[in-house]
Order: sequence, then C-alpha cells, then structure tokens
Amino acid sequence: MSTINIAEPSVQIREKRLGTINAFTGAASEIVQQSQEGSLKDAKRKFSQCLGCNAQQAFCQLSMIKDVAVINHAPVGCAGEFADFNFTYRIEQEKRDLPEDIGRYFSTNIQEKDTVFGATKKLEETIHIAYERVKPRAIFITTSCASGIIGEDIESVADKASEELGIPVVTCSCEGFRSKVWTTGFDAAYHTVLRGIVKPPTKKTKKINVVNFWGSHVFDEIFERFGYEAQYIMPFASIEELEHCSEAAATIHICPSLSTYMGAGLSQLYGVPEITAPPAYGIDGTDGWLRALGKVLGKEEIAEQLIKEGHEQYVPQIEKLKERFKGKRAYVTAGAAHGQALIHLLRELGFDVIGASVFHHDPVYDSGDRDMDVLAHAVKTYGDVKDYRVCNKQSCELVNALIRSKPDFIMARHGGMTLWGAKLGIPTLLIGDEQFGIGYKGALNYARRIDETLDSIEFIKNFSKHASNPYTEWWLTQEPGYFQGGGSGGCGGCRTGVK
Amino acid sequence: MSGTLEQPRFTCALGSCQSVVAIKKGVPILHSGPGCGGQIQRLIGQGEGYAGGSTAPCTNAEEADVVFGGEKKLRSVIENSFKVIDGDLYVVLTGCTAAITGDDVAAVTSEFQVDDKPIVYVEEGGFKSNNYASHERLVNAIIDQYVHKFKESDEKIPNLVNVFASIPYQDPYWSGNLEGIKKVLEDIGLKVNVLFGNESGGVEEWKTIPNAAFNIVIGPWVGVKIAKHLKVKYKQPYLQFPYLPIGAVETSRFLRQVAEFAELDTEKVEAYIQEEEAKYYTHIEKMADFMLEFRYGIPRRVYSIADSSYALGFSKFLLNELGIIPGPQYIVDDIPEKYQDYVKEQFENISELQKRTVEVVFDPDAGKNQERLEEDAKNYEDKRLLILGSSWDKNLADKLKADLLIVSVPVQHRLIMNCGYTGYAGGLRAIEDIYDRVLATYR
Repeated sequence: MSTINIAEPSVQIREKRLGTINAFTGAASEIVQQSQEGSLKDAKRKFSQCLGCNAQQAFCQLSMIKDVAVINHAPVGCAGEFADFNFTYRIEQEKRDLPEDIGRYFSTNIQEKDTVFGATKKLEETIHIAYERVKPRAIFITTSCASGIIGEDIESVADKASEELGIPVVTCSCEGFRSKVWTTGFDAAYHTVLRGIVKPPTKKTKKINVVNFWGSHVFDEIFERFGYEAQYIMPFASIEELEHCSEAAATIHICPSLSTYMGAGLSQLYGVPEITAPPAYGIDGTDGWLRALGKVLGKEEIAEQLIKEGHEQYVPQIEKLKERFKGKRAYVTAGAAHGQALIHLLRELGFDVIGASVFHHDPVYDSGDRDMDVLAHAVKTYGDVKDYRVCNKQSCELVNALIRSKPDFIMARHGGMTLWGAKLGIPTLLIGDEQFGIGYKGALNYARRIDETLDSIEFIKNFSKHASNPYTEWWLTQEPGYFQGGGSGGCGGCRTGVK
Repeated sequence: MSGTLEQPRFTCALGSCQSVVAIKKGVPILHSGPGCGGQIQRLIGQGEGYAGGSTAPCTNAEEADVVFGGEKKLRSVIENSFKVIDGDLYVVLTGCTAAITGDDVAAVTSEFQVDDKPIVYVEEGGFKSNNYASHERLVNAIIDQYVHKFKESDEKIPNLVNVFASIPYQDPYWSGNLEGIKKVLEDIGLKVNVLFGNESGGVEEWKTIPNAAFNIVIGPWVGVKIAKHLKVKYKQPYLQFPYLPIGAVETSRFLRQVAEFAELDTEKVEAYIQEEEAKYYTHIEKMADFMLEFRYGIPRRVYSIADSSYALGFSKFLLNELGIIPGPQYIVDDIPEKYQDYVKEQFENISELQKRTVEVVFDPDAGKNQERLEEDAKNYEDKRLLILGSSWDKNLADKLKADLLIVSVPVQHRLIMNCGYTGYAGGLRAIEDIYDRVLATYR
C-alpha cells in the first residue's frame, strides 16, 4: 500500500510508488504472477514513438471542474490540449443540461528569455489576469518540462496568490519528463485536489464518489436503489462538491488505472471506504462489483435484487448476440486496467481473446488490495491470454503484433490505435465513454456495438486496400518486442519476458 | 508579445514537425518530452498523415535524460528510425528538454549526414518561438542540409517557381489553399513547386528548389526569411503578395503581379484572367438576387480573430465581393512588430473607392480579443455579424447570434479535406460556406 502524504507538494511517481512498468512480453498469467511476487522488471526501448505525458492527464482531470481556471506554466506548445478539452467540456455540458460556457485555460507562454531570467513574474501576472477574467473559485497551476528544469519556485507564488485572492491557488507538479508513466498525471491532479481543495469531513453524506472522466451517469440509477446518490468527480464537480467529497459513504472506480490514488487518499486521510472489487464490466464483473458495493453499504439484499433483475433483463439478449461472436478471435489494445476489463468482457461474450497490447502495467494499486487486480480475475475465470504485451502505446509494436496474430476483431480503448486495425482491414472498435460498458446494460451495449462493427466490413476492406504503411519490411519481420531491450542493443537481450 | 495567452491559436517551435508530416514520406523525429507530439497534434493535427502523430519517432525525455543528457538515446532512436520507418526525409526537431540541457543535436545528426542519409536537424526548443517562425527555420534547414547536398544542379529552369504560402496544418486549409494557388499559377504558364501536400512531388520536388527562376511568398511575414535566404543562396529574386488571394479581384491582382514580375506573356495572362472572371461572375450574378433581396438577414460586419494573412485576404474579399464591411481585426499570429505597419497599410488601402479605417489589433491573447469583440459588438446590435475565427469562438458567436466561419485552428466544428479558399474557385467556395452557415440557422 502506498502512503498518501499531502504535506508534499508533488505526488510520488507511479514507477516508484507502485512499481509500474512500460514493457513486457509474455503471458497474462506471468505478468500476474510477477506482479504478485514483486519481480517485474521494466525495459528501456532502443526505439520509441510519441507518447502522452503527465501534464495531459493532470489537465484532463482538472480542466472540467466547473468553477476553476487552470494555468499551464509552460511554453505555448503545452497548451495544445486546451482546445481539445474545451470541446469535450462543452459537449458534455450540453448532455448535463448545463449552461453553455468555455473552459478557462491560460498559458504563461514561457519564452527563451524566461528560461534564463525566470518566469515566476509571468506566472504572478497570469494568475491575476485569470482571476480578473474568470473570478474562479480556485486556480490550478500545472507545470511543464520547461518550468521544471529552470527550477521555478511556483509553490510560493501560489501560496502568495492564494492569500491575496482569498481562493485556493494550488500547484500540480506534472512535468512531462517526471514520470515515464503518463498516468502519474492523474495522480498528480488528485494529489492537488486532495491537498488543496478537499476539507476534512464534518458529517457523513449519502453520496458515493465516482472517480471518472466525463462518462455518462449510469451510476445514478444503481445508487438510487441503495438509497445513495452519485458524486461524479472530478470533471463537472464544483469546487464546493470536491471540498466535501471526504464526507461520502464510499468511493468507486471505473478504472483503477485512473483513480486509485484518489480512492486511497480519501480512504487514508478521511476514512472513506473504497470499493476495491474490479469495476463492473461484464455480467460476472457486475455481479461481483454489486456484491462488494452492497457489503460496504450494508445492503447486500439490494445488491442481490439488482443482480437478479439485471440477469433477467439483459442476459437473454446478450446470449443471443453471443452466438454471432462464437469462435471469433479478438485482440485488445488499451490503457491498463480498462484493457484488462475488456479482455474479461470479450471472453464473456464468447470471443477468443488471442492477445493484448496494453500501455503500462501497475503491479499493485494504491489501496494495496489485490482484489482489484482485474487481470488476475480474468485469468482465473477464463484462463490465460498467451500473448500479453505491455507496449507503452508504441504503435510500431502493435502493428507488428497485429500482423502476426491476424485477429478478426480489435477492441481499442485509446485514440491513435484504431487506425492500424482499419489499415490492416480488421474491424476495430473504440468506445470513448468509459461508462458505456458498465453493468449488465453495458455488456449488452458493447455486444451490440461489436456486432455493428463486425458488420461494417465493406468500408474496412475498401479502406485497407488504399491505406499506406510507413513501416519497413525489416521491422515487420522482427519480434514486436524487439526494442524492449535493456540497453544491450541486438535482439538477443531484448525480448524481456519471452519464453 | 510575450505575456499570458488564453486560447492560444498556434503552437510552439516544435510545431513545425507538422510541416515535416506535410512533405511526402517525411518523418519527424522528436527529441523532446513524451507529450509534445500529442499536444501539437491536438491543436493543429488533422490525422496522423504518413508518419506523424503516434507514429512519429520520439525520444520521450525522462528525468535521467534531463540530468545526464539525451544524446545517446537520440542516436539510438535516429538509427532505428531508418530501420523501422520507410521515409524519404527525416527531420530531427528538439523540444524544451533537450534545448535547456544543451544536447548537441547537430553533432548527433551529422554522424548520419556523413553517410549521406536523408536527415536534417533543426535545433528548436519549444520555447524559442512559435510554429510560424519555426516553419521558416525548418524550411531553411532542409534547404541547407538536404536540398543543397542532393540537388542535381543550380541551373535555372525558366518559369519554374517555388511558392511559400500556407503553413501546413497551422493553416487548416493548407492543402486546398496550396492546390488553389498552384492551379492558377500553372494556368498562366508556370511550373510550380508547392513542396507540401498532395500537389507536390515530395523530396524530388524539393531538390529542384535551386532551379526555380524565382520565388513567391504569400502572406505578410512568414516565408520572407526563406525567400531572403534563397535570394542569397541561389540568387533567386522573390515576389511577395501580402495575403491569401481569395476570389476574383485578389486572384487577378495576384496573377497580374506575378506575370509582371516573371515577365510572362501579358496578353495570354489577361486572356486567362478574363475567362476565369467571366465564369466566376456568372456564379456571382446567380446569387446576387439572394444577396440583395434576402429578407431575413445576412452578415453585414465581419470580425476576424485570425492570422494576418487570413484576416487581410478575407477582409479584402468580403468587402469587395460580398459587401461585408470589416470591423476590428484581431490578429493572433504573434506577428513581429516590424511587419505590423505593413499589415496596417494593407488594411488602410483595402478599398480602391474610398478611405476606410479598419481597426487592427495585434494581440495573440485571443481570450482578451474575445472581450474586445464582444464590447465592440454592443454598438452593432442592428447588424448581423460574421466572425472569422476558430472553434474557440463558437461560444461567443452563439452568444452574439453571429455566423462563424472557422478559418483558424483549433478546428473542431468542421471536417476539412481538400477545401481551400484561394483562387477563383476558392472564392466561390468561401461564398458557399459563409451563406451555408447563414442559411442553416433558419428553420
């Protein structure tokens, strides 16, 4: 279990806190076993392609809190995502019947001279401009490679501004180079909110924290049956709601890769219980999750009732669709835990999951609770996945693996990967809304969308006929894990984990 | 301008990696932090292209590289990029991390250059400039390190011209705009190197840059440094046209200037212009009754929150061809001060018939510009307004019940393939797009 220390301005990075790795080639059962033994080893790649960084994940969680302004203390390039998140913010506002508005994001626009003379003055100015324009309830300051290397003391700037303006002005240390695991950025955002916004509880509420992105509100109906209410955090929560999330009855996760830091933080600091069962994906996953929830809330009978209803309503429809998937070979590419949940779900739907390329691997989560290990659960229930790779979003490795395994269907969970499925003429599905697949209805939702994707073969085949391929012959005849070497160069020493 | 930016509409120096993606089989190699490529892609990207986005090689700087330097890693990534990705031209671009820690990118790259590998480096550092300025440095670096080395000759080919106009991806319509410019120039008898996109011949075309008889820069500032460089290097004179030529009036003006500069057969060029204008104005006539008689309101006043080349090009076009009067123009490309008077002068001479005063504000802080625009619009509640802006302006346009034509990044509310607004055809397309947006607001 990791210890959450909110006295520290920066979150401890995932590779140190959890032992997270970015490279693995082997079987799912092996990575599960090595995770449990603590014997996993990371590898350094001799070739790599563009990744994501901490700052993007931190911004993702901070930028849609309803009444804030976010300042990116960085050169202008690091603000590329502002517009992207604003687009999401506005679409999701509409879904939630919120008034139309834009996200208020500012770049301090660090330039060459600032890297020599310092940029704290610019930061002070930007804080004031943001405050004047937005009158926010809080201001978050995210950092960058540039601000990190020039060694800005942004902590004191934030403290001073906070005092002057009478609102929390909180820093979020998320320099791109700080962690090799970009999901550390989520942790950084939660750390910021835990140390700067959340207040100690004065009462207990009937709310359950749902730590999520901006997914649909599927938990409302479920929690209502238990007599509770969902508090979705952090996008679309208000600062006031976040202040009080310590008073909730429990915290649930839609994806442990995302949010175990927040869950563990609220649990360790304020005693909010965390549901550590694997998230509610698939029929069997939903059964287990509902039981765990019922247990924490002391309402096991309601959980059983919901399970019964869910099975009656959805399982027959799912069974019908399953017929069509029987014997089809599926490949999964996704983050970490969500990808593992998808493996489980696809197998439940009758697919033969022949392989997976996930982006990173957390051998343990912040709660320290092994129950949350989705992959262990998947392996135990449906057996091993022989070709399990941690590919760190290296599309060259994915393309190579796909060409070898020739699946009938690809399920993706992150942008930038589906294109490769389509280029190779393989029906590929990406679902953006994480909550779309939650619960029994979610399993049916997925089954229907998969069916639809498999049906749209004309487009995929035509597209693939005309698609370009930038990869060389040479590369496509190497092992996908060829570059996962430990620095020894040739491929002899670099097939980490290959049996 | 160096201060706070709300809603930035350009990216950092590393953004010129997209110009590499726009070269056929160009492969950018980013020596930068892990998120840089993604940030650029999110603002100005339009899909991965051949080897951009998450296909682009990157050293993904981590803490150890910042402390101990990243040259070794860069060498390894370059070496393997050649093995893994089938490219015609590889360009190493540095981000903030390598620039601050002082990796010798030139030395590492030159190890490959001595073996005649098609590789170029540009020492940038994200904080060194924006991507308008770095685009010029990128092109000059390719000319110096690649073109100069692999060119076949310096011999001038009569009527061959290099065009430096839209910046790939930063101009969301770059592909179509280059196509439009190439078309009209070819139609008057020139051979045209556009260097980027579908209409270019890739690196083979780049190698003929020294053979061009002259160069054309379109826009008030970006590209001038390239043209000046070529003037010294290959003794090529250049012609600058200060904005995108959109529609008949400006395209004809552009072509006449080119014809004069290149000493083309004036009669032939005039004949072409007459023919194109005749076709163009047939279409204008067709829709004139709509413009004159439509009772429910069409835009009368236009604001731009755009770069200087677009703001000028569109203002001239809208005033002369559609009767839409320019309101304040907010120029957000961070244009250097020394070019600002040149832009103002262009606006002062926007009309040939009367003296017009157009307020021009140079400020890349688009959030501030939105405040200014909203304030100004209060004085024109009787008019239907048109905003030339980006997806950031959707909210403001909705609030003011204004029509929005997106001509700047970020572009999230329309899909662009080969749409472009340059030339005669581009002008017609602009008219269709503007009134399409207007008419779509009616039930």
